[in-house]
Amino acid sequence: MGRMNLVVNGKSHEIDVAPETPLLWVLRDTLGLTGTKFGCGMGLCGACTVHLESDAVRACQTPVGSAGSKKITTIEGLSPDRSHPVQKAWIAEQVPQCGYCQSGQIMQAAAFLAKHPRPTREEIDQVMSGNICRCGTYHRIRRAIQRAAGEAA
Amino acid sequence: MPVQVEVNRREFLKAGASSGAAFVLGFYLPVRGKTEESLYDSQPQIFKPNAWVRITPDNQITLLVEQPEMGQGPRTVVPMMLAEELEADWATIRVEQAPTIPEIYKNLITGGSGCVRSAWGSVRKVGAQAREMLITAGAKQWGVDKSLCRAENGNVIYLPAGRRLSYGELVETASQIPPIAADDLPLKAPKNFRYIGKPILRTDIPSKVDGSAVFGIDIRVPGMLYAVIARCPHFGGVLKTCDDSAAKAIPGVRAVFRVAPLPGPDGKGGGTAGGVAVVGESTWAALQGRKALKLTWDKGPTGDESTDSLRKRLQEQAIATPSFVAVNQGDALKQLAEAAKKIEAVYETPFQAHATMEPMNTTVDVRDDGVEVWSPTQGATLTQEDIVRISGLPASKVTVHMTLSGGSFGRRGQWDYQAETWQVAKEMKKPVQLLWTRDDDLQHDFYRQYAYQRLSAALDENGGILAWSQRIASTSVHAYYAIPDKIKDPRYIAALELGGADVLPYSVPNFRLDYLSAESPVPRAWWRSVTNFTAFAMESFVDELAHAAGKDPCQFRLSLLPENQKVTSVMWPDGKPLDTRKFRTVLQLAADKAGWGKPLPAGWGRGIACHFSFGSYIAHIAEVSVEKDGAVRVHRVVSAVDCGTAVNPDGVKAMTEGSINFALTEVLTGEITIKNSAVEQSNFHDYQVLRMNQSPEIEVHIVPSTANPEGMGEPGVPPLAPAVTNAVFAATGVRIRRLPMDTRLLRKP
Repeated sequence: MGRMNLVVNGKSHEIDVAPETPLLWVLRDTLGLTGTKFGCGMGLCGACTVHLESDAVRACQTPVGSAGSKKITTIEGLSPDRSHPVQKAWIAEQVPQCGYCQSGQIMQAAAFLAKHPRPTREEIDQVMSGNICRCGTYHRIRRAIQRAAGEAA
Repeated sequence: MPVQVEVNRREFLKAGASSGAAFVLGFYLPVRGKTEESLYDSQPQIFKPNAWVRITPDNQITLLVEQPEMGQGPRTVVPMMLAEELEADWATIRVEQAPTIPEIYKNLITGGSGCVRSAWGSVRKVGAQAREMLITAGAKQWGVDKSLCRAENGNVIYLPAGRRLSYGELVETASQIPPIAADDLPLKAPKNFRYIGKPILRTDIPSKVDGSAVFGIDIRVPGMLYAVIARCPHFGGVLKTCDDSAAKAIPGVRAVFRVAPLPGPDGKGGGTAGGVAVVGESTWAALQGRKALKLTWDKGPTGDESTDSLRKRLQEQAIATPSFVAVNQGDALKQLAEAAKKIEAVYETPFQAHATMEPMNTTVDVRDDGVEVWSPTQGATLTQEDIVRISGLPASKVTVHMTLSGGSFGRRGQWDYQAETWQVAKEMKKPVQLLWTRDDDLQHDFYRQYAYQRLSAALDENGGILAWSQRIASTSVHAYYAIPDKIKDPRYIAALELGGADVLPYSVPNFRLDYLSAESPVPRAWWRSVTNFTAFAMESFVDELAHAAGKDPCQFRLSLLPENQKVTSVMWPDGKPLDTRKFRTVLQLAADKAGWGKPLPAGWGRGIACHFSFGSYIAHIAEVSVEKDGAVRVHRVVSAVDCGTAVNPDGVKAMTEGSINFALTEVLTGEITIKNSAVEQSNFHDYQVLRMNQSPEIEVHIVPSTANPEGMGEPGVPPLAPAVTNAVFAATGVRIRRLPMDTRLLRKP
């Protein structure tokens, strides 16, 4: 075990866990931030996507010790009131069905749009193909990203 | 099947809502012939209420919804029906999941695309009843004639004076007036609908974009522990040896112990695998502990089973005799034997996993005073019954909280993951959350049945179908459940294996349908659209016949569809008959909207397929391109839907879109294979589900209708596979008869 400081959603947490523990389980089980989901444990589905500084990473493949002092943002910290352009677009396009994968989809899309504010359809497809939605909301996700890109610009 | 609801009792209670007085209206399903008087006097199972309305003085209207929210939208579409008849202001409607109080609520379950269908009669009646009683209360409060009052957007209005009182202001009076019988109250005419048929924003979506939605896996109970189970990978196998010394040494691991396999409850799925439970202070500790277990397994009596051995049995069954003859009209076998032009084909659809994004999990607290369960189940009522059965406790001591579900597609109707959690929690005497990993999920699912279908047809000189024979061999779902007194009934064994095949919409004078069941140790159960795997064979074969007859596949279908005929299911004669007029309408609409017949680029193709299931008609037209290396890209799917009244049209579209993408996995990549009686796939790298770069553009067109609403969760699945493979044939001339598509067959030299 090891004591460390973790900065999540602008808040500092002192935790005592083995540094190789995946960030996912620290968020969910230690800090109680359950918006980040477990889907595969192998970085194959994207349900656990969070931001490490400005990068989208798979929390199930990120040892908590590697986060260091980097700022972590989870879905709970994306905006205080669902006002992030991606969240607004998700509501406007009525994207979620079961909703389980959507935290990861939104975090992936938000990180992507921050760096690529005017993506093409092919770029959207390429980046978002790491995130699985079994309910099949893909073409609404695509539309929502295009909408968010338009509104943010 | 839709539940037939007869509203025959109303209750007014002063409920202890925080805001004070509440006007409460329940509605009940009479069951087991008992009288209504005993509903509230602690005699259980007298009525089956399936929803409650609660109106409080702050103008808040709460509907307790029985159906689980698994993505299909009941928390929006069910209250829409209430608000319509109640003349409520939509903004004042709240939804709560009904609790497991078996004396009152007995139908906390959904399945068979039945959510809207079951609520359509009952919930609207409750709304009408509540509305009439509020109007009566308003008239009483004013001391005026009721006929001069009416309800409008959450208020009762006294027309001559223009006075109005909100529903909240009428709570006190309404709760004191005698009930009004619901059966005599007229329901609104469709032309007066304010909510039904209008796109309404889903009530659950805001919580699903900010991480606040609580799924089963998100339940946190003070003092809870986390568990995983190592299960025997071989179906029918058992644990031989277990060395848990290394596992117990993992920091955070609290306990390691054996969990006994449980036999399947009759009619409710198979047994549990049993295995070794590892309980930890965190999920990660439990996972690390499981990884450190040293286990050996006995493969059991069916340890040699493989996909190849199963295929061989299915192939043998497909030509074996005697069979269960479900349909025998005319003399198809004689016509086929004498036919001048006979076409034959075999279609194969392997096992599929549900692969819900939220893996199975449940949290259970076993205390001295009873058991509390939090589960993402498809049926809290079933979960409660199962825990009651295995624990021996009365239902009053078993509480089940039905959380949001991260997808289900039929999987969460099984009981295994809840029963296992109860076993572990009982041992630990602490609340425990049992998590299934993706490996557990893919390797211990109840799979879609494996089916092998042999079709033969004879064409007449005009290109019509003279004879049609379909022989279906499959790993029957009901045979797996093996209810002792029914296992020998061939009709029961075939009951979930012939969907659609016994409701042939096309004119065929000589029609024969045979069924044969193949043994398999692999668990299987209902998988989105269940028995309608038949559509792949039927709609592919019709396409083959069209090409054999030299006709356009769409025109060929229309030429064989009577203008206006009802076709009754042989297996489910009480179900809704297929209406050929509606079948024709969706085919024609899809063709018109997709530009059927218009030229496409070289290497592209368009395919059409149509199917009737769960009361709804869906035609899909797929546009695909095939690369030189055989890679298939589905660019666009145009769908036409007749589901009766589309209560929430955007919900109908969402279900159709989702069904298309769900079914594409089965077409392109999804396949569960067996070796040594174990599943070979373990995660999304080898059970590949559809990703965004494979997903098509989708257009959904809804046929306007005022008929009763029909199911929409599943009907979009069956016709998708044949629409795509028919399009591949149009593009390449190669007929795909086994799913998922083997693209090597499509490579160009």
